Amino acid sequence: MSEHIGRRRFLGYVLAAPTLVTAAELSLAPASAAVPSAEITELLDLNDLMTVAALPTSGLISVAVNADGTVSFALPRAEVGQGITTSSAMLIAEELSVPLSRVRITLADARPELLFNQLTGGSNTTIATYTPIRVAAAIARSRLLQAAAGVLGAAPGDLTLAAGVVTDRSGRGVDIGALAQRAASAQTGQVAVELTPRESFTVIGRPTNRIDALEAVTGRKKFAMDLAVPGALPTMVCRPPTINGKVGSVANLAEVRAMAGVTDVVTIATGVAVRAQTFGQCIDAVRALRVTWRAGTAEGKSDASVLRELELAEIPLGLRPPTPVVEGKFTFHFRSNGAVEPNCAIADVRADRAEIWSALKSPIVAQETIAARLGLPVGRVTVHVAEGGGSFGRKLFFDAALEAAEVSQRIGKPVKLMWHRADDFRQGRAHPMATSRVRIAYLGDAVLSYTQRHTSVATDLGHGLGEIITAFAAQLPVGDIGFAETFFQLSQNMPYEFGLNSRLLSEVDKGFNTGSMRNVYSPDVACARELMVDQLAARRGRDPYQMRRAYLRDDRAKAVLEKVAQVGNWGRAMPAGMAQGIAFHAEYKSVSAALVEIDCRPETVNRPIRDGVAGPRVTRVVFAVDVGLAVNPRGLEAQMMGGIMDGIALALTSGLHLRDGYFLESSWDNYFYTRQWNTPPDLKIIVMPSTSENPGGAGELGVAASVAAVACAYGRATGVMPTTFPINHATLSFVPKPTVPPIPASPIDGATAAR
Amino acid sequence: MPEHTFRVNGEQVTVDVADDVRLLWVLRDILGITGPKYGCGVNVCKACTSHLNGVAVSPCAIPVGELRPADEVTTIEGLAATVGRELHPMQQAWLDQDVVQCGYCQPGQIMAAVDLVRRAAAQGRAITDADLDSLRNICRCGTYFRIREAIKAGARNM
Ligand code: FES
Ligand code: FES
Repeated sequence: MSEHIGRRRFLGYVLAAPTLVTAAELSLAPASAAVPSAEITELLDLNDLMTVAALPTSGLISVAVNADGTVSFALPRAEVGQGITTSSAMLIAEELSVPLSRVRITLADARPELLFNQLTGGSNTTIATYTPIRVAAAIARSRLLQAAAGVLGAAPGDLTLAAGVVTDRSGRGVDIGALAQRAASAQTGQVAVELTPRESFTVIGRPTNRIDALEAVTGRKKFAMDLAVPGALPTMVCRPPTINGKVGSVANLAEVRAMAGVTDVVTIATGVAVRAQTFGQCIDAVRALRVTWRAGTAEGKSDASVLRELELAEIPLGLRPPTPVVEGKFTFHFRSNGAVEPNCAIADVRADRAEIWSALKSPIVAQETIAARLGLPVGRVTVHVAEGGGSFGRKLFFDAALEAAEVSQRIGKPVKLMWHRADDFRQGRAHPMATSRVRIAYLGDAVLSYTQRHTSVATDLGHGLGEIITAFAAQLPVGDIGFAETFFQLSQNMPYEFGLNSRLLSEVDKGFNTGSMRNVYSPDVACARELMVDQLAARRGRDPYQMRRAYLRDDRAKAVLEKVAQVGNWGRAMPAGMAQGIAFHAEYKSVSAALVEIDCRPETVNRPIRDGVAGPRVTRVVFAVDVGLAVNPRGLEAQMMGGIMDGIALALTSGLHLRDGYFLESSWDNYFYTRQWNTPPDLKIIVMPSTSENPGGAGELGVAASVAAVACAYGRATGVMPTTFPINHATLSFVPKPTVPPIPASPIDGATAAR
Repeated sequence: MPEHTFRVNGEQVTVDVADDVRLLWVLRDILGITGPKYGCGVNVCKACTSHLNGVAVSPCAIPVGELRPADEVTTIEGLAATVGRELHPMQQAWLDQDVVQCGYCQPGQIMAAVDLVRRAAAQGRAITDADLDSLRNICRCGTYFRIREAIKAGARNM
């Protein structure tokens, strides 16, 4: 590991290679698990656990300096839009003193030797890679200086490395490309190195544009479905009309096999797969299939029946104390974590080997599972991690990769498999439906206790993170509890001094395809908490901002809350039907606060929107964030922006309706994620000055405070605390598409319809 | 199978495929032009947005048989060439505002933005908040606010 050997001195490696390759172990010193306390996340949170988990098993990550003067690094994480290729390049540019444009970041194939340490989740990437990447780059820098000393005939101390060129006192320079071979090592050896102190940073902390932006805006950026793998023809699956239904029989296989463009039709575990020259012909073939289906895993279930299951599983809040209390119960409906890029993967399976291309956040688990399914040794399955078109938790799983492998093996040909949008909503993973009950007991000015009981349809954590938690759960001061409960405990945090704090999760019903959605439990848990904080303030006649501020436990927390109140002009007069809301959330070693203004006046709520939901308009958001140390403030701002849009969607418009064992939603005009007409025209994100030597997590952070602030604002604008989310769930704002055939026909009005 | 001849990004192409195959698949699966993205296939998400004779359209909902030899399809790959530059001003605005997150929706967003600005210009007016609200393109990464800023900036240079 990059062992800390004194102030800013770390151990890394120079590797035997024809060009300069330096490395460090992908792990950091663990936070030591100390005595149990009421607030476990102060000792150890999910990110510590993920970092600890990596310790005994981690492999090396390496930085290579190439003869053309570029520097390459294969990041063992998935880039799905969160900007980690850019922030990783910045770390290298900082320590190696090369221009950012010379740093080439690729995504590493699945590397089984990294075991737990190739999982992109828990907003952990920057936390876990911040030191190792810099150590490897710093060793490269010192090797280059030594090599240049030989070339220039000067002592390394008389040389400077800047902008990729080593210069001596007389001004003679040599490019690092010309030194790469000379700086290479014939043997692998350990090297101690000092890292640049924070006060000398010139790249880290500077707002930086994404390194892949040009590729993206010119259409050159390649996602999985854009890759040209020879022979990999478009493939789609005809899926059941209810969740996880199974194929009974197919009446017209021969007929569909003979359709224009179709090359193969084959029954697989999840449906009937069709391979054709174009996806358009796959769509036609899927629609033509006449399949008899068997029951699924949620047969006959509806929102109402699942709500009853949840109610039966609720852990009681306990005896009501003799003091005054505020109590609330909230319902959060199923939500989709689907990205605009649907589930998709390319697979080329041969008799003795397989190759997979997909955006995967847990590629090792994918590799192992696919190998087992195909009956191949793990070493014969190569898994390439493609750039992902969004994830929001969805790409922790590899549903499409597993299907693609199965189809390719069955038909003996490469396939490019993609889910239709309707499949993605109806059979794709969802954030589970949940209820949250909260009780706050108080007496006079003192808050005595905070109790929260979260009851949820089971979240599938079987993507690797679960294994990490299971492996370490026994060592944690939380007793013998399952990994979902452990995850819940470790990801939640009580930011307020509310006396005795108790939170528990109970889960029911494993019949749904679920997964962690961005920020996992927190959007729901925090929304319920913050609404009840507003209730408490109202009951005691206190201002929601002032009361939060009074009870927040630490200074960083107070600072972000004060910031949004001040910049957002908390308490300013607003017309009837409009209001402000304020909320706080801490997670991933970061703190955040949101101030939201909402317009709930009828003329706004009922403004006409074609094939969409108008609803209340969030007119303004002020958001403050402190991640300890912000590597790239511009990227951090982007992540907060995305979290805010998610929060608006979760509070107001985005939900799945379950009826008769299937979700009614099948398109983006049914599932109402935030659109331009819901976007706040006024948005201000404040990145607080760094308060730490180390970065906290950011990718998911923005959601919880945002959804909570929108809910609080809505409650204050309408005078009624919302208790069901999204708030418009009771109204079905679209006509559901049929389930047989499972996907809609392709329209023909693309050139003529209104834009 | 019928042949279809039309123009894509300034070049004449001929493809041999059934009339009813939608243009998106002809571009992506046959011609290998992958800038336009699939996000729904039902003319809703606008990730596939491209221009047909200079006007924004949804290729996922255009049967290729509708195209005539003189029809000019412009995808994100060909946008810059329409102004004879390395980058269209709207693409430059996208870079300046650092709009992109995952980038999957962005080719469609940019093509829709260019069309929106042209329509407003044809009416002799500047882009309004109501214009921006009318854009239907989904961005699940939630880049909407930077998109709004970029369109206003890009419009000034168009
Ligand atoms: S793919 Fe064409 S509009 Fe969605
Ligand atoms: S940038 Fe990811 S969907 Fe828009």
